[in-house]
Amino acid sequence: MQNGDTTERPFLQVNDLAVAFPTEDGLVRAVDGVSLTLERGRTLAIVGESGSGKSVTAQAIMGLVDRHSSKVTGEIWLDGQELIGLPPDEVQALRGSQIAMIFQDPMSSLHPFYRIGDQITEAIHVHRKVGADQARREALEMLRRVGIPAVERRIDDYPHQLSGGMRQRVMIAMALINSPALLIADEPTTALDVTVQAQILELISTLQGEFGITVIVITHDLGIVADVADEVAVMYGGRIVERAPTGLLYARPEMPYTLGLLSSIPRMDRELPERLDPIPGNPPSPINLPKGCVFQPRCGYSDRVTDGACLTTRPELLPTAPDHLVRCHLPTEERQQISRDVYAVLAGESK
Amino acid sequence: MTAYLIRRVLGMFVLLFLLTITVFFLFNLLPGDPARLTCGKACSPAIIEANRHRLGYDEPVLVQYEKFVTGIFFGRTFSADSPQPIECNAPCLGYSFNRHELVLSLIARAAPVTFWLAIGAFLMWIIGGITLGIFAALHHGQWPDRLVMTMSLIGYSLPSFFIGLVLIFFIILKLGWLPFPSYVSPFENPFQFLQTMILPWIVLATLNAAFYMRLTRNQVLEVFGDDYVRTARAKGLPERTVVVKHALRAGLTPIVTAAGLDLAYLLGGAIISENIFSLPGLGSLAVTSVLTSDLPVITGITLLTATIIIVANLVVDLLYAVVDPRVTVA
Repeated sequence: MQNGDTTERPFLQVNDLAVAFPTEDGLVRAVDGVSLTLERGRTLAIVGESGSGKSVTAQAIMGLVDRHSSKVTGEIWLDGQELIGLPPDEVQALRGSQIAMIFQDPMSSLHPFYRIGDQITEAIHVHRKVGADQARREALEMLRRVGIPAVERRIDDYPHQLSGGMRQRVMIAMALINSPALLIADEPTTALDVTVQAQILELISTLQGEFGITVIVITHDLGIVADVADEVAVMYGGRIVERAPTGLLYARPEMPYTLGLLSSIPRMDRELPERLDPIPGNPPSPINLPKGCVFQPRCGYSDRVTDGACLTTRPELLPTAPDHLVRCHLPTEERQQISRDVYAVLAGESK
Repeated sequence: MTAYLIRRVLGMFVLLFLLTITVFFLFNLLPGDPARLTCGKACSPAIIEANRHRLGYDEPVLVQYEKFVTGIFFGRTFSADSPQPIECNAPCLGYSFNRHELVLSLIARAAPVTFWLAIGAFLMWIIGGITLGIFAALHHGQWPDRLVMTMSLIGYSLPSFFIGLVLIFFIILKLGWLPFPSYVSPFENPFQFLQTMILPWIVLATLNAAFYMRLTRNQVLEVFGDDYVRTARAKGLPERTVVVKHALRAGLTPIVTAAGLDLAYLLGGAIISENIFSLPGLGSLAVTSVLTSDLPVITGITLLTATIIIVANLVVDLLYAVVDPRVTVA
């Protein structure tokens, strides 16, 4: 806004973000050098297992990482403003107004002692000078837009009187009440019934169109990503390991980890193989990360890298095609061949 | 709500009824002849027998119990066939032949002392314990936290009679900052009342404050990790609002209700503190009565204490429903 630099910047730009928690056992590098950009109005899905750093990345963008117990470095530019260097009260002023967040478990994310209407209007009053009547009208309108039936009655309900899906709708209403520019949805459907999951995702997509919001969806479920996200970033061990537009990622995943994730999704349109094909082993401990590629201990293809670089050197996140970034030592042709082979096997299993 | 109240109050009476049975028969099965205790060493069997009859201990236990319960509701007369019958109006808890006084008037005299002792100590430990507990939680892992937890540990470790004796020794005997305790009603002489009560309050409050510091700190820390507190932060609320309106509101509820029961427990008499500081409260009365096998008084105090605790339980349950909308009474 003030200078040419900010107009050049994408709406959200994260540069080399790192979050580390000192513990008695050593430094936990929950997020280790995450960089990403996101244009206004787009949806990015951050996908990964538990402990991959996806939630901590989101919380760092929200400024919710406790600065006493952790060290946050890097840059987060939102709409031309750098967030990590901001004083806490200015970050607080942005939270809920510019950046909003909804969480995994709507059962416990609403305060059990306050009426949902009061919880929503509280979010209005903290950021805007609005009378009580006006705030209530806005809350009613927003509850209506997120699909709560009989809002006049429901607005004075306590959270425990609502179903899980309804509570997540209330959370969404509360998040959108101040028209934020960025909405972060941290596993928004994980705790919900499958039928409700689809409704909530659809609601987020619809509202995104209506409000023109930029959305980051955090999930471990690649299955839901395809429907909502424009782009996908796959995280592993605190880093992004593959980043691509959604269609491209599904069609031609190159990082063996992404490949593993995609082939372990159970699908209705396929005959079930003997068993699902999970990725062997467990996610790495964030305290003692392997020296080389973090995924190497679980990777079935690292022996194809002849010089043993997987054991000694961290691979860089490099473009393999325009918009497609991969962090892997395997040569591009080799990766693409593996990808085709795996997909051929999967296709062979379907009848 | 009304139906719930009626049910609870009825249940309360059933419980109290069972309690009278337990208390009455328990004390009647105790070894020792109550009639024998009514006169000193130079006692002839004839006097004992006469006293047994006068006290009504010559009747079958069931009849005695019936008279006891009738007395509570309708009053009764002791030594009806003697020249000086003793009228005991409802609620009659009995008559102490040791002290030649109605149990109810003994209790009525002792209860205010215990009441003031309990209330004062309660305020001290609640305010001190909860404030320090919150303070510790807000500085989790830093020196204020460790300081408060150390204080709590010390408070826990010191027996109340020890604190009481140390305070008497230094503050009253050595330094002479306070006169030796002598209870007066606060309405009669507020200054002397405070001078007398301050040390007993400190003794009683120390132990409970130590407990409430720890409880509050742990509650607040636990609530801080709850999802709705994170939601409150995500809304952009100022930290003070997050702590007070969201975290404390949820975290303190169990503490407040626990405190209600602790207060009720204390209202039944603080035996050690009252004895150390010679306060003529229910605790002292109970101890003297036990030492002199004054069964009617022991029975009366036990019933009263039990009633207070049962009522407090009901009040706390109702309070919980008021504070936490998830709890419905029906």
